Amino acid sequence: MAQVPTENAPERSLTFPHPPTKKSPHQPLLKAVDVRRLGANEKVLLDGSSLELCAGDRVALAGPSGAGKTLLLRALALLDPFDSGRIEWLGAPPRAEDVPRFRRQAIYLAQNPVIDESTVAHQLEQPWRFASADGADFDPGRAARMLTEAGRDAAFLEQVGSSLSGGEAQLLALVRALLLDPRVLLLDEPTAAMDGVTRQAAELLLSEWLAADSGRAWIWVSHDPQQLERTCARELSMEAGRLS
Amino acid sequence: MNAATASYLELSYGRVAIAAALVLVNALLSVALSLGIERRLLIAATRTVVQLLMVGLILEWVFTLDRWYAVAAVALVMMLAAGRAAVSNVSRRYPGIWFDGLLAMGLSSWSITILALAAIVRPEPWFQPQYSIPLLGMMLGNSLNGVSLGLERLGEELSSKRQQIDGYLALGASRWEAASEPVRAAIRTGLVPITNSMMVVGIVSLPGMMTGQLLAGTAPVEAVKYQVMIMFLIATATALGTVTVVLLAFRRLFNTSHQFLRQRLIKRN
Repeated sequence: MAQVPTENAPERSLTFPHPPTKKSPHQPLLKAVDVRRLGANEKVLLDGSSLELCAGDRVALAGPSGAGKTLLLRALALLDPFDSGRIEWLGAPPRAEDVPRFRRQAIYLAQNPVIDESTVAHQLEQPWRFASADGADFDPGRAARMLTEAGRDAAFLEQVGSSLSGGEAQLLALVRALLLDPRVLLLDEPTAAMDGVTRQAAELLLSEWLAADSGRAWIWVSHDPQQLERTCARELSMEAGRLS
Repeated sequence: MNAATASYLELSYGRVAIAAALVLVNALLSVALSLGIERRLLIAATRTVVQLLMVGLILEWVFTLDRWYAVAAVALVMMLAAGRAAVSNVSRRYPGIWFDGLLAMGLSSWSITILALAAIVRPEPWFQPQYSIPLLGMMLGNSLNGVSLGLERLGEELSSKRQQIDGYLALGASRWEAASEPVRAAIRTGLVPITNSMMVVGIVSLPGMMTGQLLAGTAPVEAVKYQVMIMFLIATATALGTVTVVLLAFRRLFNTSHQFLRQRLIKRN
């Protein structure tokens, strides 16, 4: 991917972990320009998707299963290669070596988070072991506070991955992502496996995260129209790889 | 030939035929137990005779010719065959796997063989076919196991840990941080056979080359010296080959933008 410097994007537009200070008020955080992806047998998976996600945006992404919602979120997080188009972060495509840091700021939260055999505490700390943490330290107290808010006590931290329910695994993944203080969350049915109480707590954690900084935004995929109405301010819908 | 090889008994073609007739035992077993493998046995037996005879003739010719280009040609054919064998049984493949297999086998086996010829055995000339061809053959034959097992395990690990790798990448792992566990497992697996055989050599098994030298009348201690050298050469060639192929595969399946190109990994049916 070639970096296209624009007027709004200074030479080092990707000064991680802090956002650049020089930016226009309307510059989107995350922008997809005509992203096209073909699968096997030339099947169109993403059909020229474009969107802009600005600070404070709460975008709902709806559409039938198989419409390409997950693929779009994954493309936005640069997790999958695409055939044409580009993704811009704060005005420019992230350079290859900056991709891990970019993904830490625009986190894709998978629908079925993978939980390994280690304890919840160990897994919460996992992202802090990567080089992209830039030496920052995991804050166990903060993790515990978030979990308490969601009705989980200290014993939860010592549970092993295999003993977690699907909803608890989603909660763990959500808290793990929030602890990284991302600017954008790409939420792929983040509460689908949770019970009602946990879902409410999760929605609260997410809205607190959003309210804590005006420079944050999310895209939320859900098959629950009421949830999208509660959590989002504008809606995009997808059908057969096309965004509208 | 000197006195050291005086005890060597030459086999007449008639005596070889007696041994070949033993394949009838296998055939009878197959018929008696309805194993249904007579046809395959017949083909296998014929191939054994034909392939070895052809190799014998070619080697005689190369040995008499004693020219570097003849040795190089034989070495090239051996490398292509070994590269093919290393990759053909791997169940999860990706575009470029043949090239990677060949490159890894070639680099590891050729470099170690050349090192052995130039620095350890030191025949005159250094490429003398009597030494260079069997040495290369042993390097290739063993590193192909490492390459094959390494690729197999890597494919298996990457597809079973697909979602975990993806999850790590989404949380800011570099491609190396995300894949280092499968890569290590693959390299470890590739090194299992050679490590095992180094453990038990001489106790459970007498290696083929040493057996051959003993049959040819070499003094046991002399044969052992050669075998020790060979074991270490093989271990090094296998390690180099395995590490090379696994890292090459890693680079093909993870691009510099830290993306896991999992759709490239295709399971053969």
